[in-house]
Amino acid sequence: MMARLNVVLLLALVVCALSLVTSRHQSRKLFVDLEREQTLTRSYDIEYGQLQIEQSTWAMPARVEKIAREQLHMQLPGASRVEVMDEVRR
Amino acid sequence: MKPAAVAPPRLPALRAPLVFGALLALFALLLVRSLYLQRFDNAFLQEQGSSRYSRDIELPAHRGRIVDRLGEPLAISTPVKAVWAWPDKIDATPEQLQALAGALDMPTSALMQRISGAGDFVYLKRPVAPDAADRVAALQIKGVHDETEYWRYYPGGDVMSQILGFTGDHDVGQEGMELAQQSWLGGKPGSRRVIINRRGEIVEDVVSIRAPQEGRDLALAIDSRLQYLAFRELKAAIEANKAQAGAIVMLDAKTGEIVALANWPAFNPNNRARTAKNKMRNRALTDTFEPGSSMKPFTIAAALDSGKFTPATIIDTAPGTLTISGATIHDAHREGTLTVEQVIQKSSNVGAAKIALSLPPSTMWQTLSDAGFGTPPRTGFPGEVGGRLRPAKSWRPIEQATIAYGHGISVNLVQLARAYTVFATDGELKPVSLLKVEGPVAGRPVITPATARAVRHMLEMVVLPGGTAPKAQVVGYRVAGKTGTAHKLDDRTHTYSESQYIASFVGFAPVSNPRLIVAVMIDQPNAGQYYGGAVAAPVFSTVMGAALRMLGVPTDAPVNNVVLPPEGADVKEET
Repeated sequence: MMARLNVVLLLALVVCALSLVTSRHQSRKLFVDLEREQTLTRSYDIEYGQLQIEQSTWAMPARVEKIAREQLHMQLPGASRVEVMDEVRR
Repeated sequence: MKPAAVAPPRLPALRAPLVFGALLALFALLLVRSLYLQRFDNAFLQEQGSSRYSRDIELPAHRGRIVDRLGEPLAISTPVKAVWAWPDKIDATPEQLQALAGALDMPTSALMQRISGAGDFVYLKRPVAPDAADRVAALQIKGVHDETEYWRYYPGGDVMSQILGFTGDHDVGQEGMELAQQSWLGGKPGSRRVIINRRGEIVEDVVSIRAPQEGRDLALAIDSRLQYLAFRELKAAIEANKAQAGAIVMLDAKTGEIVALANWPAFNPNNRARTAKNKMRNRALTDTFEPGSSMKPFTIAAALDSGKFTPATIIDTAPGTLTISGATIHDAHREGTLTVEQVIQKSSNVGAAKIALSLPPSTMWQTLSDAGFGTPPRTGFPGEVGGRLRPAKSWRPIEQATIAYGHGISVNLVQLARAYTVFATDGELKPVSLLKVEGPVAGRPVITPATARAVRHMLEMVVLPGGTAPKAQVVGYRVAGKTGTAHKLDDRTHTYSESQYIASFVGFAPVSNPRLIVAVMIDQPNAGQYYGGAVAAPVFSTVMGAALRMLGVPTDAPVNNVVLPPEGADVKEET
């Protein structure tokens, strides 16, 4: 009776030990994945910042104005050529 | 009978104890050795062991962005590489050096010059784009290394260079708001200890020693569209008038936020290798000047508040001069008798001086001091100044007379613009802020609402025909303001210069419900015109008009309200 109990306990122990090993391995693998994703997040953050710089450099009023003036031949009308309309009241 | 047992060979008597003793001694040796390793060599061994599986990783923290009131980025940090070298350790063939110069996108001769110099550490180039740095690393030249560092980019370039300032080494604020808000913007890098596997992947955190603290974003009150507008017009006016320098400030009249603040000359913060110091100065906050007539409204406000004067009180300014203890004050145009209102409209020095002299110095001082003169505007900007307002007790009569029209008192442009919140509201001085402010801002009462309304009306007369600044008018909006033209103080002789002026204009619009205050200062116009009404008022008009339209402020005047004097007409102004 006693011997049988011991065998059962031994089996349980082996199962526990093996599952510990697997879960430990799993956790490490997941951790590696997590790390990789975090690195990716950081690199996306950096890229986002660079894109923001790029966007605001392209959208700088000075540049927009220069293009409007030189390439599209647009002009800022002088005060004498501006007609201000009254608000239309319905 | 059994055969007799063979007697075991006799061992030497000492052998057993000897072997036992020897074994014991060896054990003792082991024990001592292990004790030694545990006690004395422990640190070294621990380090050796952990270096094989654990790593300390630096966790970088980037600096916060600076954005404008609408969230447009004005300053962003991004990691770049810096390529550096030990010149005496460089071991490369000429072809390799040529390839290195190519990868760094610099002439080979410039590269050679860098590495031929004395000294043991030189930056070959910074910043270097990450992909270019990878190409450099691929060359595998001995003695050439790279490192990651953060570099700050300012998309706006010179448009808001002085207000933002810039960062120095290690992305630490060095000038302007970058310096003022260093503790808010700056991140604190952290570090963590981890266990790595044989492929170099992190498998476990041992302990996070310090969590990194990312820098926080900073929202300024600046509106980048208005800022560009102000900068462009200021620059154009300075070039047209061949002036030396200038500044423009735009305040939100309701909240006191600085929505635009531009200076010229300016510099490009992205490439400031050889920028002169004077270009970095934020003149609007760190320089003072004698404002001239834009100080008169405060004299008049003090007079009205004292109850001795009403807007219709008659002042005799004939014959256009006034002599006080030997010194004579002049008006640019003889006017005869004027009402208090007209003293502002025509900008009469004699009128302002006479009004001032009938007030006790302490009353006048109190109004000026309450309006914020003589004390820094407390924007938190590094190096801001408070100007000079001497205590009333020390005023001589001539001093009181000149202060009435803005000489003998010095202010900075932000102070001057802020003081006009008194007239733009019903007598309250609003605190100014470089940072975005949420919700209504409580002001501090300086003059009574009735006085504020009366002066506001006088200031509106200034821009109407008959005033000194018809060129400040804006189509569709009622505007109010005051010109200023002051002789510059000559630094060498400490007397007023005969030929150098500072022209200024401060005003607000729309008068029915003021939204914006704009102050313009042009230093040393040199193209013939030097009156505030001729040099600074047109800048005010263009900037104010465009800004109000950009913000969609409803018009409060008929659209044909502007009556400009004929081209070439003399713009009246005092000195």
